[in-house]
Amino acid sequence: MSTIANDEPSRRDFLYIATGAVGAVGVGFAAWPFIHQMNPDASALALASIEVDVGDIEEGQSIIVKWRGKPIFIRNRTAEEIEAAKTVDLAELIDPAARNPNLGSDADASDANRAAEGNEALVVMIGICTHLGCVPIGEAGEYGGWFCPCHGSHYDTSGRIRKGPAPENLYVPPYAFISDTTIKIG
Amino acid sequence: MSGHSTYQPKNRIVRWVEERLPIFSLMEGQFISFPTPKNLNYWWTFGMILSVMLVIQLVTGIVLVMHFTPHEDLAFASIEHIMRNVNYGWLIRYMHANGGAFFFLAVYIHIFRGLYYGSYKSPREILWILGVIIYLLMMATGFMGYVLPWGQMSFWAATVITNLFSAIPFVGEAVVTWLWGGFAVDNPTLQRFFSLHYLLPFAIAAVVALHVWALHVVGQNNPSGIEPKSTKDTVPFTPYATIKDSFVTVVFLLAYLWFVFYMPNYMGHADNYIPADPLKTPAHIVPEWYYLPFYAILRAIPDKLGGVVAMFAAIIVLFFLPWLDTSKVRSATYRPLFRLFFWILVAVCILLGWLGAKPAEGIYVTLARIGTAYYFAHFLIILPLLGLFEKPKPLPASISDAVLAKHGGAGAATEAVAAAEKRG
Amino acid sequence: MKHTVVSALTGIVAAVGLTIASAAVTPAAAAGGAHRPVEQWWSFAGPFGTYDRAQLQRGFKVFKEVCAGCHGLQFVAFRNLGEPGGPEFSEAEVKAIAAEYTVVDGPDAEGEMFEREAKPADLWPSPFANVEAAAAANGGAAPPDFSLLAKARAVERGFPWFVLDWFTTYQEAGPDYIYALLTGYEEAPDGVEVGDGLYYNPYFLGGTAIAMAPPIDDEMVDYTDGTPMTLEHYARDVTAFMMWAAEPKLEERKRIGMATMLYVLAFAGLLFVAKKKVWSDVDH
Repeated sequence: MSTIANDEPSRRDFLYIATGAVGAVGVGFAAWPFIHQMNPDASALALASIEVDVGDIEEGQSIIVKWRGKPIFIRNRTAEEIEAAKTVDLAELIDPAARNPNLGSDADASDANRAAEGNEALVVMIGICTHLGCVPIGEAGEYGGWFCPCHGSHYDTSGRIRKGPAPENLYVPPYAFISDTTIKIG
Repeated sequence: MSGHSTYQPKNRIVRWVEERLPIFSLMEGQFISFPTPKNLNYWWTFGMILSVMLVIQLVTGIVLVMHFTPHEDLAFASIEHIMRNVNYGWLIRYMHANGGAFFFLAVYIHIFRGLYYGSYKSPREILWILGVIIYLLMMATGFMGYVLPWGQMSFWAATVITNLFSAIPFVGEAVVTWLWGGFAVDNPTLQRFFSLHYLLPFAIAAVVALHVWALHVVGQNNPSGIEPKSTKDTVPFTPYATIKDSFVTVVFLLAYLWFVFYMPNYMGHADNYIPADPLKTPAHIVPEWYYLPFYAILRAIPDKLGGVVAMFAAIIVLFFLPWLDTSKVRSATYRPLFRLFFWILVAVCILLGWLGAKPAEGIYVTLARIGTAYYFAHFLIILPLLGLFEKPKPLPASISDAVLAKHGGAGAATEAVAAAEKRG
Repeated sequence: MKHTVVSALTGIVAAVGLTIASAAVTPAAAAGGAHRPVEQWWSFAGPFGTYDRAQLQRGFKVFKEVCAGCHGLQFVAFRNLGEPGGPEFSEAEVKAIAAEYTVVDGPDAEGEMFEREAKPADLWPSPFANVEAAAAANGGAAPPDFSLLAKARAVERGFPWFVLDWFTTYQEAGPDYIYALLTGYEEAPDGVEVGDGLYYNPYFLGGTAIAMAPPIDDEMVDYTDGTPMTLEHYARDVTAFMMWAAEPKLEERKRIGMATMLYVLAFAGLLFVAKKKVWSDVDH
């Protein structure tokens, strides 16, 4: 009798713990659809890439296109701008990384790593200040590149942060040439 | 609230909070040590089921609002966006649509349980009235939610139901125009229904809190209808009621999920997958099944105002039920005649529900009139008289005695004692 | 006590019986639908149902070559044709299908709207500019959009089917109706007047005469997989395609459903045993 009495509570406890655990697992699984529904939906993901014709951009002109709800700066730089960007000593830079996902993550922030491959005049960048997300103004600021009016970040003609609170260079989106004049972003 | 908790927190932090806000002892007193009649049967688990359904509706509803657009040109398309593009959007929308139906299924079982066991009688009148208010709020919420997908049934349900108010003498037209915000159901109607459909569930939750409060003041009724007399008649809410309620809730969810996953459109109407068209009424419009008995009553009366009055009266009469039932005995277990009439009422309500889905013509109208007449007679004539003429069966002295009697009379009593001794 | 329960139940049964009897003597109340659709076998029916990819691809072909001239598919995007749980065309095939259509985009830099080749992310372009144009081009009756039609049409089930359906999970009233309609055209019987520009179809829900001429016939669409090129097969395949268009997440739903139901069933079992244990020391 006494063995049964001792046995009983532990078997009970196990049953209760097992039931509670199974319930907790179920609640966990049930929560996932309610969390995942806030992620980008299928129609947003389908629009995740755009094709842009960059052949018509005159030297010294920029266009801004929208990709994933964000502005993309595409600039066909002048020779002086390219020269200015190339002569910068990389050791002076606030952010030494290229921030270009089309290259390896260890690429440095040289102008060649920032500009389009095979077209050093063209820069393609996400037009979002790396400080707190405002859109910088083009051809402005102390370095003649971009200037963010929100908190005064200065970017050079290669889109690298040179002065102000922003910690990183303007990001380059993933893109590639799909013809001589058309790029596919995303 | 009854039963002051003797709870003494051991944890220091808990005690610190407790001294400033006695929330732990409140929870302990109401949901753990709260004395619960030990003879409650499975019909008493629907309170928990309803709470769970309310939470499911709130959570899925709040999520749907993140993707829904309340505009006449976009509402229908945004529902399809939810169904096709949003991650698990189809699941959340089907849960919400079927959740409404299962919420009503549970509330009907809950109401009829109260009717059968006399749970509306003194001292539970306010508890009952709060319940009827919750039911009314649910009907308003469910109706306005049905309008939001802006399909053909949505649009014409909105038209028909709002037009009920045009039956009010003198100001009816003005009231309906005011409800619509236009000269027909239109975009302003959709937007205000959306606003109210979001608001009312929180009002329901608030009244539910009052309902639970009132319940915990007077204590639960039980199948014998006799108040607990000693601690022998009760068990602590936790674990006894908690585990039992949890089990039945999960079984209920099983039925609910069966519909969500395998027949999600069964409860709905095919026409609601056609975008709203103000120029064309579907051939045969019906409300959701949970309104059908009232719809049958509405159509049974051959007069516009009379029909509307009868329909609302069918619910209003429930408010007066505690005083219409004159019997001193609560539970139908000891009222053989009442029990018979109770089951007839159940049959009549099902019949009216079925008739509500049928066209208002021929034999259907005749049956609906008989059903309507009986429905009101049950509350206004049968119940008051029954209390005077019915001879109830002898009541047991206590819940424990009722339990013994249920298990086979005196013989069981000795067996129970023997069993108790064996365990001891 | 037992006695009164029995008598009450007898009362309910009698009431239900009475209503069935009254239903039986009343002719079909809804307008039209002289014939009830015959229940068909569908691969997507039941708790384990899945779409037949080859059938959906054939059905899409029928839709594209026969129906799409008049009927839209407004909520379906080209990309959907390649998504799991549907016809599952390859990415290249989806691009090629989209490229056959033009959609209106814009405004461009000059503020003008322009036409361009459709891309997979685009929604199916409507064959008509608006409902009025669709009606005007089709004798006053606008051809309904196909994206939800398989869920938007149903013949009322009636007692006892609507109760039995709880257990069989019958949700195919729409496909059964569409199949019946497509294969149901026939000569009007004697004494039935069919108006100008209308065609007799005893399955049509909106009356017995439908404004749509018999849309398909044998040999109209080329099948390359050896499926017989008959009206019945065309009707069945395009109906399956329409069901997918209306309920593209059906497979995901049934798959997740089965896992969920099994889990909840097991959890209910555990709770029942735990409940038994908890209550074992109380006489209740």
